[in-house]
Amino acid sequence: MHHPVAAEKFIQDTPRVNWHNKAVWYVREKRDKAAQDIPEWEQLRDYASAIKTDTISKLDKYLIEFEQRAIENGIKIHWAKDADTHNKIVHGILDTHQSRLVVKSKSMLTEECGLNPYLEAKGIEVVDTDLGERVIQFAKEDPSHIVMPAIHKKKEEIGELFYEHLETEKGNDDPNYLTEAARHHLRKKFLKADAAITGVNFAIAETGGFVVVTNEGNADMGVNLTPLHIASMGIEKIIPKAEHLGVFLRLLARSATGQPITTYTSHFHKPREGAQLHVVIVDNGRSRQLGQEDFRRSLHCIRCGACMNTCPVYRRSGGHSYGYSVPGPIGSILSPNMDPEKHASLPFASTLCGSCSAVCPVKIDVDKQLYKWRQVITEKGFAPNKKTLTIRLGKFAFSHPLTFRIFGSLSRKAGRIFPKKLLNTFFTKWTTGRDLPDLPKKSFRDWYLKNGIDSHD
Amino acid sequence: MARVALFVPCYIDQVYPQVAIATIELLQKLGLDVVYPTNQTCCGQPIGNAGYECELNDVAHRFIDQFEEFDAVISPSGSCVHFVKAQYSFINQSDSVKHVRNHIYELCDYLTNILNIKNFNTRFPHRVGIHYSCHSLRGLDSGKPSEIIGEDYSNIQSLLETVQDLTLVHPERKDECCGFGGTFSVDESAVSVKMGQDRCGDFENLDAEYITSTDMSCLMHLDGILKQANSKTQVIHVAEILNQTVTS
Ligand code: SF4
Repeated sequence: MHHPVAAEKFIQDTPRVNWHNKAVWYVREKRDKAAQDIPEWEQLRDYASAIKTDTISKLDKYLIEFEQRAIENGIKIHWAKDADTHNKIVHGILDTHQSRLVVKSKSMLTEECGLNPYLEAKGIEVVDTDLGERVIQFAKEDPSHIVMPAIHKKKEEIGELFYEHLETEKGNDDPNYLTEAARHHLRKKFLKADAAITGVNFAIAETGGFVVVTNEGNADMGVNLTPLHIASMGIEKIIPKAEHLGVFLRLLARSATGQPITTYTSHFHKPREGAQLHVVIVDNGRSRQLGQEDFRRSLHCIRCGACMNTCPVYRRSGGHSYGYSVPGPIGSILSPNMDPEKHASLPFASTLCGSCSAVCPVKIDVDKQLYKWRQVITEKGFAPNKKTLTIRLGKFAFSHPLTFRIFGSLSRKAGRIFPKKLLNTFFTKWTTGRDLPDLPKKSFRDWYLKNGIDSHD
Repeated sequence: MARVALFVPCYIDQVYPQVAIATIELLQKLGLDVVYPTNQTCCGQPIGNAGYECELNDVAHRFIDQFEEFDAVISPSGSCVHFVKAQYSFINQSDSVKHVRNHIYELCDYLTNILNIKNFNTRFPHRVGIHYSCHSLRGLDSGKPSEIIGEDYSNIQSLLETVQDLTLVHPERKDECCGFGGTFSVDESAVSVKMGQDRCGDFENLDAEYITSTDMSCLMHLDGILKQANSKTQVIHVAEILNQTVTS
């Protein structure tokens, strides 16, 4: 479904949209407060961006360095060129260990690869252990945000889901009560699980170790209670040195939730005694993105979600309206690389206000890339608006259609006549919610010529 | 003396001539030699933003031809200025192109950064809220966006603070986008209208009599919403406020 259609549906429920807008904006405000406490914030962003620029310019070198160090540490490394290969590798490892129940902490990469349904089809139970993810797993929905996957769910709805799945009291939606219920439920799963899957926030080339951050400690519970830890990472998760972590961890927690530091920052360097540690390094379109100069910088992303929280369109259309595992502004520049036709409407789902670029801790020029994707999508013939008048109307969209007189006057300049049917479509789209401006008798040009100011022709 | 040209975006020429008139009068009062090249049309922004930059070659060249001979190009529209500055990289960067891209200014930026105006001898006894044009704010650095950490500044606010009897009101979400976005306003009309309604609400809640901006396109969108809702709040371009004569 194209974004405008899904967004319009979401917007119909005004109280819900207002609630969603407020709830998400609240996180943006928390981010502002946290960032303001750091006088060198903008300098940190510059550092982070410079480190990422260096990293992705020598990605091959850093990846190989990481692999070598990791192997020396006793970690098993796997390479996956795409989602399917990733899923097969993960399943292969689980199969060898005869794992039937897997606890998984939050990993947007596994969402991107569709790992859960893949494993479930093979008879493996996957339990998402991040509270928000467990909620949407119960609801059989996709995450609507990369940091707060269930941000679109009200607490009453969560109470209802827990009543159904965890037998909590009907109608009790006290957040503490529900969290406690989830905790008990997840503890049982942790104790029974025979493998843990996590994502990777940062993989350090120099040490061959990696870092996973969570607020609930669920990644640690999983990997410390099971004999098998599989971590999936995109090739862009590399940072060259351990000392760079200081830059990214300070930016990440503050940008994501306004916390000075994430509650749990877990470092993994080697398998626990008697346990196995596997890292699956996934490309899945990333090297193609790397090859495109205009879009390369999207690989800087540390998945903090700040661009979603700040995005006025995201807040009013909801994460599901994007139809991609990563929604919001960053999703709108990542998804066209995966399938420009399917996600053709996403680069257009923005006013190009630039708030995403200004908030981004690693200084991705998101709005510029949105603009550039629009050009690419149009060139490929996938433009979602090609059938409407918008383009043909183009440069005179808001002066032309207003009256026949103006239409005539401008058409002379444009040397172009717009079909009336198209104008009508335009009118309806504009006038639902907005009046047309009153029209003046004379244009500025008329005034200028008449008022005897030296004309310049 | 510097010869400056006035760039009047197509929709201002046709729908809001009073904004261009206020701009030219204001610049003349300040002693500038202002010319309006009468063959100008549009900078091409709506087409570029809609993804059809490839069709803009002629438009862009025509634009440059109209303005290359002037020392500066001034416009009452931050977003059109931003388009020329930021996006005209798709044409060959001749000296004329570079010259125009380096010397095109949104009105308030020109008044503040080039003319260094510190005071306006004007009066506007009303409650006014500033709606920040995203392209002025984040694209032309005409103020500090709320996302950026650092010292606050705002060209339009500094100018308005010098207007007598004008009361500025400040919405909590200082620089939220209005939702216009050119073709976005029709392609994504539901989101666009919702954003506009929310933005108008921010100002109506503060009993603003006027919403002002450096961009008439944002104001056209907000005006449409205010009118349809029979709101008491109106829109006014900043040039119209600054061009008020003092009546004592
Ligand atoms: S693009 Fe920037 S702001 Fe958005 S999720 Fe990635 S790092 Fe965060």
